[in-house]
Amino acid sequence: MSGRERRVVLSGWGRAAPSAASIERPTSPKGLVAILERAARERRRVAARGLGRSYGDAAQCAGGIVVDCTGLDQVLELDLGRRRIRVRAGASLDALLRLLVPKGLFLPVTPGTRHVTVGGAIAADVHGKNHHRDGSFGAHVEELVLVSPTGRHVASRAADPELLTATLGGLGLTGIVEEATFSLVPIATSRLVVDTERARDLEDLLARMAERDDEYRYSVAWLDCLARGRHLGRGVLTRADHAAREALGVGRRDPLAYDPRTRVSVPFPAPARLLNEVSVAAFNEAWYRRAPRVRRGELQSIPRFFHPLDGVGRWNLLYGRSGFTQYQFVVPFGAEEALRRVVERLASARVPSFLAVLKRFGPSGEGHLSFPTPGWTLALDLPLGRPGLAALLDDLDEVVAEAGGRVYLAKDGRLRPDLIASMYPRLESWRTLRRRVDPDGVLATDLARRLGLVP
Amino acid sequence: MNDVTGMPQSAVVLGGSSDIGRALLRALASRRLERVLLAGRDPASLGETAAELRALGVGTVEVAPLDVTDVGRLEAFADSARARLGEIDLVLVAAGVLGAGGIDELDASAVASSLTTNLTGPAAASVAFARVLRAQGSGRLVVLSSVAGYRVRRANFVYGAAKAGLDGFALGLGDALAGSGVEVMVVRPGFVRTKMTSGRPEAPLALEPADVADAIVRGLERNASVVWVPASLRIVFGLLRLVPRALWRRLPV
Repeated sequence: MSGRERRVVLSGWGRAAPSAASIERPTSPKGLVAILERAARERRRVAARGLGRSYGDAAQCAGGIVVDCTGLDQVLELDLGRRRIRVRAGASLDALLRLLVPKGLFLPVTPGTRHVTVGGAIAADVHGKNHHRDGSFGAHVEELVLVSPTGRHVASRAADPELLTATLGGLGLTGIVEEATFSLVPIATSRLVVDTERARDLEDLLARMAERDDEYRYSVAWLDCLARGRHLGRGVLTRADHAAREALGVGRRDPLAYDPRTRVSVPFPAPARLLNEVSVAAFNEAWYRRAPRVRRGELQSIPRFFHPLDGVGRWNLLYGRSGFTQYQFVVPFGAEEALRRVVERLASARVPSFLAVLKRFGPSGEGHLSFPTPGWTLALDLPLGRPGLAALLDDLDEVVAEAGGRVYLAKDGRLRPDLIASMYPRLESWRTLRRRVDPDGVLATDLARRLGLVP
Repeated sequence: MNDVTGMPQSAVVLGGSSDIGRALLRALASRRLERVLLAGRDPASLGETAAELRALGVGTVEVAPLDVTDVGRLEAFADSARARLGEIDLVLVAAGVLGAGGIDELDASAVASSLTTNLTGPAAASVAFARVLRAQGSGRLVVLSSVAGYRVRRANFVYGAAKAGLDGFALGLGDALAGSGVEVMVVRPGFVRTKMTSGRPEAPLALEPADVADAIVRGLERNASVVWVPASLRIVFGLLRLVPRALWRRLPV
């Protein structure tokens, strides 16, 4: 890097493993192309970055150029009849929801935060609470326009399906998405009808999910990963469908009213070890007890059901100076024993995760490096800085890999590189495809270099 | 790349024969360490450490002669290290010799030589590598200081002074590197049983090199900027600092 460039230190949402890069923020597709051309000429590395919600190092590029894509956010075409939208990839799902919900439209897939860009949603092939029925975001993408060092490419299932599937879940390494066209879902109201139930242990939880998930569009469970013994894996299961007009009752002024708000914001990094075994165990106990044994037909708003954490601004600061990491994996159906072993190891190691989310996955993502495969997925927030955490996660990687599962790369910051090939069997064919659009390896993120995904 | 738990994939050790360096590399080899460059003055010892690391499964282990007091060569050495290893995630500055202790054994050149080996050389090498890491936009410098530098004692005041200087230098360098993606960790061990201290009278709470290595690994996991080994010494020396001078100079240690 030359001494005069504006250098910024970037990390993921977990605020760990930072690296410095120069930042560019194009405001037009031409600008984007110019940046890539210049990078190729000067032999600099480039990585795309959206809203920085990857937990690890997927959107940073030590010593290189990071392209902040949030300036390319225009909605290009909204077809209400065919329920399709064509949008620049820097647009956030938050902005799109504000536009779409009042019009009676919803995103086909939304992850746990609305503060991700369309490009990020594609790069991570995000999944939501409806994965068991509707698959991941990529399944609803009809076409995308990609800018790579070799130029501008259009990828769709008709024209260049290989590039499309290399890009879905491709972590930004096949090019920078300039625009995407995807389908939308009709909704009658901005509310959901939610059924909540408590499960007394892991077996109970899995059984409830297996038995009736398919009756709902959305389903997810919160799991108490500090509970031990006969309470191991106890949790709260919430399942929902979009509310019909009638469910709202009379006198509701605007059935499609949508007003997400950040109610409170964390002002500065919390003191170290605010979130520890004791505080989190107490939180988990209270959270579990607070949930009803059974409650049916509760109306919840979209922000409350889908994006509860977005209500707390800068919630990642609660983890203090050391930051945190997310560990998310999936193991196939039939490998419930492996899932149980992981939950046991976490509970006995007293790992203080207050946010442990369990879900049943449906069909695999099409992307070569797409994470979801049919099975059970568990996602955990883990405070960093505790001795023994790194070794524990290495052990869990082994359990997951042996069970035929994988770890989610969009959340990763420390996966064992030697297990990547077995977790992602389509890696080699993905590498070949990538070389077609980026033969000189200009596109490289810290994650890609760390895990050996590139060259 | 260093991962979010602070574990490096590549490392350079300046003072590659150091027992502490060896113990640290052993510990890191069980994590993500794949590429190592050992730099030092004793080729036989470097070779032994290299063999051990290869046996532990570290894929690439390179060895290079290096005298940190040859400051004119340090920039080129740092560049060549980068070329050989690819990206450098961690640089351990472990060069140092204890040297003569009491006033009777010292003369001007002995002092100059000791300060060059223990302060000037390591500081210059730190800066040479900091330059490389800055260009990378990432990386960690781990500088071995000592409690001996926290408040210099008459029993080894030349070594202590060098460590005091190196300690302040490393902290300042860390501050200067803020915003560059490069971090500095200063390690302050108490008495460690190593080649360097063999034959000397042991202090209470003597440590093994592996103890220091473990503390460094935990420091990497926590992204700490200062690591005392053992941690309790932070309090102990914090208090010792307050001892009045007239008393301090009479302490038997």
